[in-house]
Amino acid sequence: MTPPESTILEDNPVIAKKDLIKEVLEVYPDKAKKKREKHLNVYEEGKSDCGVKSNIKSVPGSMTTRGCAYAGSKGVVWGPIKDMIHISHGPVGCGYYSWSGRRNYYIGTTGIDSFGTMQFTSDFQERDIVFGGDKKLAKLITELEELFPLNRGVSIQSECPIGLIGDDIEAVAKKSAKEIGKTVVPVRCEGFRGVSQSLGHHIANDAVRDWVFPQYDKEKKAGNTPEGTPYDVAIIGDYNIGGDAWSSRILLEEIGLRVVAQWSGDGTLHEMINTPSVKLNLVHCYRSMNYISRHMEETYGIPWLEYNFFGPTQIAESLRTIAARFDETIQANAETVIAKYEAQTRAVIEKFRPRLEGKTVALMVGGLRPRHVVPAFYDLGMQLIGTGYEFGHNDDYKRTTHYVENGTLIYDDVSAYEFETFIKELKPDLVASGIKEKYVFQKMALPFRQMHSWDYSGPYHGYDGFAIFARDMDLALNSPTWSLIGAPWKQSDE
Amino acid sequence: MTDESIRQIAFYGKGGIGKSTTSQNTIAGMAELGQRVMIVGCDPKADSTRLMLHSKAQTTILHLAAERGAVEDLELEEVLLTGYRDVRCVESGGPEPGVGCAGRGIITAINFLEENGAYEDLDFVSYDVLGDVVCGGFAMPIREGKAQEIYIVTSGEMMAMYAANNIARGVLKYAHSGGVRLGGLICNSRKVDRELELIETLAKRLNTQMIHFVPRDNIVQHAELRRMTVIEYAPDSQQAEEYRILANKIINNDNLTIPTPISMDELEDLLVEFGILGGEEEYEKAIKAGTKAPAGIA
Repeated sequence: MTPPESTILEDNPVIAKKDLIKEVLEVYPDKAKKKREKHLNVYEEGKSDCGVKSNIKSVPGSMTTRGCAYAGSKGVVWGPIKDMIHISHGPVGCGYYSWSGRRNYYIGTTGIDSFGTMQFTSDFQERDIVFGGDKKLAKLITELEELFPLNRGVSIQSECPIGLIGDDIEAVAKKSAKEIGKTVVPVRCEGFRGVSQSLGHHIANDAVRDWVFPQYDKEKKAGNTPEGTPYDVAIIGDYNIGGDAWSSRILLEEIGLRVVAQWSGDGTLHEMINTPSVKLNLVHCYRSMNYISRHMEETYGIPWLEYNFFGPTQIAESLRTIAARFDETIQANAETVIAKYEAQTRAVIEKFRPRLEGKTVALMVGGLRPRHVVPAFYDLGMQLIGTGYEFGHNDDYKRTTHYVENGTLIYDDVSAYEFETFIKELKPDLVASGIKEKYVFQKMALPFRQMHSWDYSGPYHGYDGFAIFARDMDLALNSPTWSLIGAPWKQSDE
Repeated sequence: MTDESIRQIAFYGKGGIGKSTTSQNTIAGMAELGQRVMIVGCDPKADSTRLMLHSKAQTTILHLAAERGAVEDLELEEVLLTGYRDVRCVESGGPEPGVGCAGRGIITAINFLEENGAYEDLDFVSYDVLGDVVCGGFAMPIREGKAQEIYIVTSGEMMAMYAANNIARGVLKYAHSGGVRLGGLICNSRKVDRELELIETLAKRLNTQMIHFVPRDNIVQHAELRRMTVIEYAPDSQQAEEYRILANKIINNDNLTIPTPISMDELEDLLVEFGILGGEEEYEKAIKAGTKAPAGIA
């Protein structure tokens, strides 16, 4: 089954792939080549790093897949907080075209007490640019309060013009908060800031620190914060895409922990406010929420722990690591839970592994999944031949070494041309990336799965999620559609 | 669109240097000579036409546009007013200090005027622009197809000269793309030592001319308090004559150059060189030099 090219590569995967990188870089002008060669490398066994530079401005004209700071704040961190209204502050496009893009599931009555799939914008016109938009923003918040009285607060997500014209959204936030008697959070996530959406995550985290946590501090001082239990934890960095946080929460609750907050998928403002009362922060997406986790550690002495709920191997390992932070009861519970799901998991693997065994996959996702989902593929007997982040940092690439094997191709902020060429040359059986890549590869007759939105499926987290993940990968790879791809007049040649 | 035969000029200079006063008095002089002029005030304060209209313009383009919803909802007649000697007056207006984007406002306002045919049946369009060229919006009047002649109002004070040099840099930037040229420096005297020579030297360094030295006279204040130009308030005064001379010089100006801005160090050296000597005597001399009427003026 394996094409001859791969056989050659397998002989010395590092050298072969390094040659491929050289070949790919050849077409660039000198300046672009010099910049891009630092972002492409091959993982070599034993090294503590993937050997690529990251979190650097993209090369102009290279067709990056990156987003902007607004996308990082509104789309990722703040958007899923379901009982708050998130205003896309500025012209209409940013809000409209990012509307409901991340499939953050939530429980609630939309338009009454939850607002996740709604889109709110101040719809800037020329006069708002010229005269400033502060008054309009204040009026908008007043109107929102009248129309949606059950909202628990408002966040102001700045689009580019807000930073350019210097609107004082902090002053509006303070005044409006007093007027409506609710939390109003100004977020300075103007799209032109930083090199990708990554800075937007950081800015959004800082906004939580500066505009949400002071409320906890105030309540704490007044003695109004709950005592809690020794088992209180928060899920940090799970956006509940297709229900991911739910299938994770079940497991944590089953081992005897009390999940008091979900950040931010299906999360609420008050969960966020009360998070400094937890005993341990469990961090799934490190990239987007390590900042606030570190802050809580420094300020409130709350330890944080990274975990991985993709695939049964990592789930079991994570459950044990989490349980080790608690008492023997929890540890025993963890073993019970792992055992409980063993039959279910074995059935999934028995069904799908024979259909997926030995298939190769190339990944390219955002800031966590390029490493986190790898073990789930391994659990199904699949092999990773290349991976890379849109907006990962150096610490992400360090963490990646834990998951990848010798000779894995690493590409940071990969350009459309590079990715296409890599795929053409390496011929993976499956490409797992985002919507911008999907149709390019499907038109090349390659099976593809979206790893941002789970291709409108999910959840993929937890044991239940793994069953869906395995089914979806099988659907993509073994669909009978692929046998119909070849043109009939060419079939005789093959 | 814009009539090719219209000469478009702009007055730039440090804030508070007397751009609006100088430009309106000069334009009054031009109007006296039969020139058809339109003033486009590009300052959110909207005081570029006050002396022509005898009141502050109440209907600026941007305020009316904000009231109506968008600039598309405006008619030209609503914002184009007629002032002293039929000088047409329009103000861009803009936000109050500290909010919004005045630069974008100027762009919007000028686009509106162009699209609505304000640039017709005129000899001159004059832009009066606030302070320094701080951002793209304030450079709008010197971009392609707009003002082709820039007059920088300055005095012998260091910061005014610094601003003049900065504006020269802005003109240089657009000189090659849009064809804008520097028409000269107008010295609006502050009675600084050896002011005349200083500005003449600066002009030379900037590859331009000092087109006129406008002496300081309290009558300007008196006229301004009455919301009038000196030419209207005291037509027979010496100061009115000064503005007529300047008006005539601008009408006949063919000394349009690409400026050669100098460095901050060079500017400071210039001041050291000139700052030591001089006094009241110099000032009298300057006035005399300035009032020597060029040929063709009675």
